[in-house]
Amino acid sequence: MSQVNRIEGGLIDRSKTLSFTFNGKAMQGHPGDTLASALLANGQTLVGRSFKYHRPRGIFTSGSEEPNALVQLRTGAHQEPNTRATVAELFDGLNATSQNHRGSLEFDMMAMTDFVSPFLSAGFYYKTFMWPKAFWEKFYEPVIRSSAGLGRLSMQEDPDIYDKGFLHCDLLVIGAGPAGLSAALAAGRSGARVILADEDFAPGGRLNAETLEVDGMAGADWATQAIDELSAMDNVRVMTRSTVYGAYDHGIYGVLERCTDHLASSNGKPRQILWRVYSKRAVLAAGATERPIAFGNNDRPGVMLAGAVRDYANRYGVTPGQQVAVFTNNDDGWRTAADLAAKGVQVSAIIDSRDAPAVCDVPGARHVRNAAVVDTVGRKGLKSVTLTDGQVIPVDCLAVSGGWNPNVHLTCHQRGRPTWDDDLSAFVPGGELPVGMAVAGAANGAMTLGAALQSGRDVANAQVKDLGFTASRKAAPKAEDEPRECAAFWHVKESKKRAWLDQQNDVTVKDVKLSHTEGYRSVELLKRYTTLGMATDQGKTANIPALAIMAECTGKTIPETGTTIFRPPYTPVPLGALGGRARGKDFRPYRLTPSHKWAEENGASFVTVGNWMRAEWYTRPGEKGWRDSVDREAKNTRESVGICDVTTLGKIDVKGKDAGEFLNKVYSNTFSTLAVGKVRYGLMLREDGICYDDGTTARMGENHYVMTTTTANAVLVFRRMEFARQCLWPDLDVHLISTTDGWAQFAVAGPNSRNLLRKVVDEEHDISNEAFPFMGCGEITVCGGMPARLFRISFSGELAFEIAVPARYGNSMMGVLNEAGKEFNVAPYGTEALGVMRIEKGHATANELNGQTTAHNIGLGKMVSQKKECIGNVLSQREELIRDDDIRLMGFHPVDRNEKLIAGSHFITKGEDAIMDNDQGWMTSVAFSPNLGHSVGLGFIKRGHERKGEIVRAVSPVHGKEIEVEIVSAHMIDPEGERLRA
Amino acid sequence: MIINHPLLGPRDAAEFIYLGDACLIDRPDWQAEDAAEQFYEYGYLRDNPAGEHQELWYHEQGDRSWLVVTRDTLSHKITKVELARDVAVARGRG
Repeated sequence: MSQVNRIEGGLIDRSKTLSFTFNGKAMQGHPGDTLASALLANGQTLVGRSFKYHRPRGIFTSGSEEPNALVQLRTGAHQEPNTRATVAELFDGLNATSQNHRGSLEFDMMAMTDFVSPFLSAGFYYKTFMWPKAFWEKFYEPVIRSSAGLGRLSMQEDPDIYDKGFLHCDLLVIGAGPAGLSAALAAGRSGARVILADEDFAPGGRLNAETLEVDGMAGADWATQAIDELSAMDNVRVMTRSTVYGAYDHGIYGVLERCTDHLASSNGKPRQILWRVYSKRAVLAAGATERPIAFGNNDRPGVMLAGAVRDYANRYGVTPGQQVAVFTNNDDGWRTAADLAAKGVQVSAIIDSRDAPAVCDVPGARHVRNAAVVDTVGRKGLKSVTLTDGQVIPVDCLAVSGGWNPNVHLTCHQRGRPTWDDDLSAFVPGGELPVGMAVAGAANGAMTLGAALQSGRDVANAQVKDLGFTASRKAAPKAEDEPRECAAFWHVKESKKRAWLDQQNDVTVKDVKLSHTEGYRSVELLKRYTTLGMATDQGKTANIPALAIMAECTGKTIPETGTTIFRPPYTPVPLGALGGRARGKDFRPYRLTPSHKWAEENGASFVTVGNWMRAEWYTRPGEKGWRDSVDREAKNTRESVGICDVTTLGKIDVKGKDAGEFLNKVYSNTFSTLAVGKVRYGLMLREDGICYDDGTTARMGENHYVMTTTTANAVLVFRRMEFARQCLWPDLDVHLISTTDGWAQFAVAGPNSRNLLRKVVDEEHDISNEAFPFMGCGEITVCGGMPARLFRISFSGELAFEIAVPARYGNSMMGVLNEAGKEFNVAPYGTEALGVMRIEKGHATANELNGQTTAHNIGLGKMVSQKKECIGNVLSQREELIRDDDIRLMGFHPVDRNEKLIAGSHFITKGEDAIMDNDQGWMTSVAFSPNLGHSVGLGFIKRGHERKGEIVRAVSPVHGKEIEVEIVSAHMIDPEGERLRA
Repeated sequence: MIINHPLLGPRDAAEFIYLGDACLIDRPDWQAEDAAEQFYEYGYLRDNPAGEHQELWYHEQGDRSWLVVTRDTLSHKITKVELARDVAVARGRG
């Protein structure tokens, strides 16, 4: 097909031809075309099917407000549905397809919905699918699902990359039309740091669409010159293809830059960048959007906004039709007729709803005054229009203008409400604007070119002066003010056929009236009941006419009827851009332990713990499953010696002369009395008396303690301690620093742990049981002088130490320890064996300290001191928290030693029904104990401390299983602690 | 939002952790006769004003200062930012 509708002129580069396909049909265009302008040039007026009725639809606008021309771009994994053809830049090889039809675009089998449309009015879903109730799941929902939605996702992973960035400026100018360019020039000349952002690829806004002159030259040329001047300024950043989509708090704006959407391939560069712009001031120069007039069958391909028709002719050298009529209620519509006629396009008639003389002379066109279009003919493309007086005018394009709406959206993102301007018959910015924002040009109701240029300069100058810059004295660019009289006219009452308001959601004038009749009169309800103003265009062309009709129905004025709330984004933002680089492995940060490399080299499997990757076990040759490795590691540790990287536990240095006093307040037990060189177990409570965290704290010196926290709470405990230090007890002389990443720490556990360490710790440090007893600690040196910290603490229940070295030596320390331990048959162990041993020993972790249990419950009630002030001790003594008959932490053995216990099972007293009323508690942790040779569990059970030896039922309804278990001490290995002290 | 840190200047709110009402500074006396009642109110009862609100923010991705930020909950306008430590001292804590 040739470019039958291409006419002279325009801002396209005719020296190059671009090939593209639409539904497989080969077509041609030029650089500077959008997909929409190229489709029109090729005579393709039918481009899609409507959402609900599958009505044939064409291109309605020439900008981001497009409701109809939604197409699918590209193929394979790059396929992107619901793209507006009016903003898609043409490139060589572009592959576009239409959406929402079964069968071909021309013969859509779903078009039958249009013929049954009387049954598909507003609220159709709510009314129809109510009965019979059973039909919903089996019939209605599947049918609706299969016919809902427009385009199709590729269902493949998005191969493109997306980025995020931050920008700062004194003044953000939003929109590079006449007002925006004038504002940016003024601000740039003052020396302020300016960002000028525009959604289009060619800055200039309406200057590119009009034949108006600025400073004695063509508007588009002046825009090019202005951009050249701005680009040469070091303090100005010009961003094209960049939509300011949201105005957020304190001068922060969201900007989506489309970097490679106009190229055949992104070539490994980010496809889009989501910018967060921090501005001190902003000038909104977003222009205005034309609105249609509703009349019968006004949605046919070929019925377009008048400003868009003019845009296609002037900017793209395309006429959307060979025989055009204009239907307008304002002077601006006349310019479309004049510009088209000047380009040799046949303009048959200008139908003006006003009883007023001609605005200008249009050769060959009839002026029909005080008239309107009531109906149109032509299912897949306009053939003729019928006027109120019955006369039929054959046309293939009707340019409609109902006046222009200032783009107030961003002024309302902080819940500001626009005010009504009777003169413009439109809402203008009003009320409280976002902090630092001022509005210029058409967005502020300055609808003519001269006024827009002047307002851009004046508003920008006021903004930069406010920031302390000296405003440039240069006058605003000069242009004439074109005629712009407008007489409100929303819909043609004489029309009997359906008249469309929101073409994207298939909402008609009748639907709005029905909504009113059925009582949905508030605009918020109207929107939700009819779906008016939803989806990709957010009703940019539809909302105001619909409000006007609702106002008519209710007898109120339009401002009394009000608008719905404008929320970001102004135009759609892809989820890929919002996600940025945070996907896959980089979805969140991850941390590696100091011995990660050694672990990798020695057969470790890893598990994510918080952000950490920890070794869960080390597989050795011949081991068939994880249990083989874990059993071996746990057994080997208890029989000889094992090594585990425990760096992930939080470490906090607490220093100052009041360090002990401070710890007394954050821990439930006392630390000021701890001797230097000793370690103590500490339990922290929340202020409400529930257990929060636990760990050991070592006193390294008179004014120096080293605290450990659980891995999961490391950050939270530190935050709480800073709160306590700064906000609760600011008088205490104490300072905190997190050293979690500073020290690599290893547990060396088992009867041979001391023998192993003797080979590593420098000789002058005596680590015998006498010199370095259980719960001792000290600064030592290892491997010939390297500073280290040694703690004799044990999570496994064995004779054990934890040794800490500066983190950068962690990996080699792991190697040294394992090398030194060879003669003792040392084996590294992971988190699973760690878990097995702590369950055997009855040590509580997050399963037991789950945010619901008290010190009393875990058998540490006596640790909560009432003799000193500490967080949580007052509320921990509430009656219900210290009941004698409450749950207690106990150990559990299966009566049949072959049974495998199930975590989460509930305990039921023998002989009672397994119902919640008889619930006695639950199993918190289970493991196979290789040292006892059977499954063991920890759990909470009522009065557990008085019930040792009792057999109860452990019931898991989820597994449909119950097991008889014996209640035993939680310390299932070495209850007297003899091994610890060996 | 941007919080004007008294020591570091304007910082993005994303660098901070929000805790809540600055009344959390006024921890009751544990030895008071009605300590249990006071701690119950301290722990569970908060005002929820539509308008000016004093609240605690923690500069976790920064200098670890706790701040008392006076913010309008309707407009997000911030009228005052103080070091929580100074507020605590001024309120008689230490």
